[in-house]
Amino acid sequence: MDHLGVVLGGVPTTLLVTATCFGVGAVLGLVLVTGRRSGSVVVRGLSRTIIDLLRGIPPIVFLFIVFFGIGSGAIRLSPFVAAVIGLGLISAAHLAEIYRGSLLAVHRGQFEAAQALGLGRVTTYTRVVGPQAVRVAIPGMVTWAISLLKDSALVSTIGVAEIMSVTNQDARSSGSSLTPFVIAAAIYIALGSPLAYLSRYLERKLSLKGAR
Amino acid sequence: MSTSLINDWGEWLPRLWDGLLVSLQVTGLSLVLGFVIGLGFALLSSAGSGLVRWPAILLVEIGRGMPALVMLQLVYFGLPGVGITFDAFPATVVALTLTTAAYTSEIIRAGLRAVPAGELEAADALGLSHVDAMRFVVIPQGLRIALPTLMGFAILIFQVSALAYSLGLPELLGQAYSIGAATFRYLDVLVLAGLLYLAITIPASWLVDRLERRLSKHLG
Repeated sequence: MDHLGVVLGGVPTTLLVTATCFGVGAVLGLVLVTGRRSGSVVVRGLSRTIIDLLRGIPPIVFLFIVFFGIGSGAIRLSPFVAAVIGLGLISAAHLAEIYRGSLLAVHRGQFEAAQALGLGRVTTYTRVVGPQAVRVAIPGMVTWAISLLKDSALVSTIGVAEIMSVTNQDARSSGSSLTPFVIAAAIYIALGSPLAYLSRYLERKLSLKGAR
Repeated sequence: MSTSLINDWGEWLPRLWDGLLVSLQVTGLSLVLGFVIGLGFALLSSAGSGLVRWPAILLVEIGRGMPALVMLQLVYFGLPGVGITFDAFPATVVALTLTTAAYTSEIIRAGLRAVPAGELEAADALGLSHVDAMRFVVIPQGLRIALPTLMGFAILIFQVSALAYSLGLPELLGQAYSIGAATFRYLDVLVLAGLLYLAITIPASWLVDRLERRLSKHLG
């Protein structure tokens, strides 16, 4: 029974890592998608390259580059900071693609109408296109949050004491090695299922209202 | 400085190349085995009988709900606790196969559901048995619909195979990490390993994009 207590001890850190990386990614994703839709070919190409690199490299390899590669040289990064930088940047790339898809889903006439009304670029995005795009983006964003929750297990490899890390220690120190892993799996499923349900619910609800 | 970096890369490349081959092997094996099991589960989880459907859906949800790292460590470090012991290579293949099966079964199920009901009715009207209708009419069309998503998932599993370094499997990341530990040149060797991963994933995702556009042309 005390296996459960030990493994549950990692839950707050897992949630903290997931939420922080999601927050960092949500904001930086806006920057990347703005670059991706920029009028300048250079900015557009650069943003696209950054997004492709971050999405193409395995998250664990990127995490290692940040922690062992960059964070062990001139700059010292704590495991938590390295985790947030690593998974935060990867989230930014994925969320930028989700934002981009949702902006493409907004009818072009909306941009033209805003222009005809003399609205500026910023107002067009914050008042006209943005609110419509958010509706399309939300289910995808929740799906990404679920992936991120599971990917947060990777940061155990650089020494952040989240669920996977305490599970490993527990398995090593106690005789029975299967139980802690089964408990860890059950906890991830229990944390992810409400999000999966939310994603399906929002998808149904928002797609009905957003129908053109 | 830069020439010495190129020399080092040249020196490391053969070991990283061996690692990449191991990564590709575990990915390929897991994809093939996982796809076959996934197709089975896709059919079971769209079965008419609830007694068949619900256990299949439950297993799929468990497989999709747990992180791949948990699956890998459960198989390699956990199962010996109940007397089942694997080497790193088979343990990786078993774990990634189970993860692949869970995800692909959902992807295939969505593909099968996207086949219009009229197809099944037409097959019925032509006097095809249910098995023949599935085999010759529904499954081929459903797989075609699911193909871009399946290929996207294949890229993801290739990325996930890097986690097998934690079982001590000498795949690409494992090789890079041990070179880093021996030379303390983590950044250089990890970047080189990253480039090798990208050399596979980026062209592969272009291919998926092209395929997706081609298959959805008629919808445009």
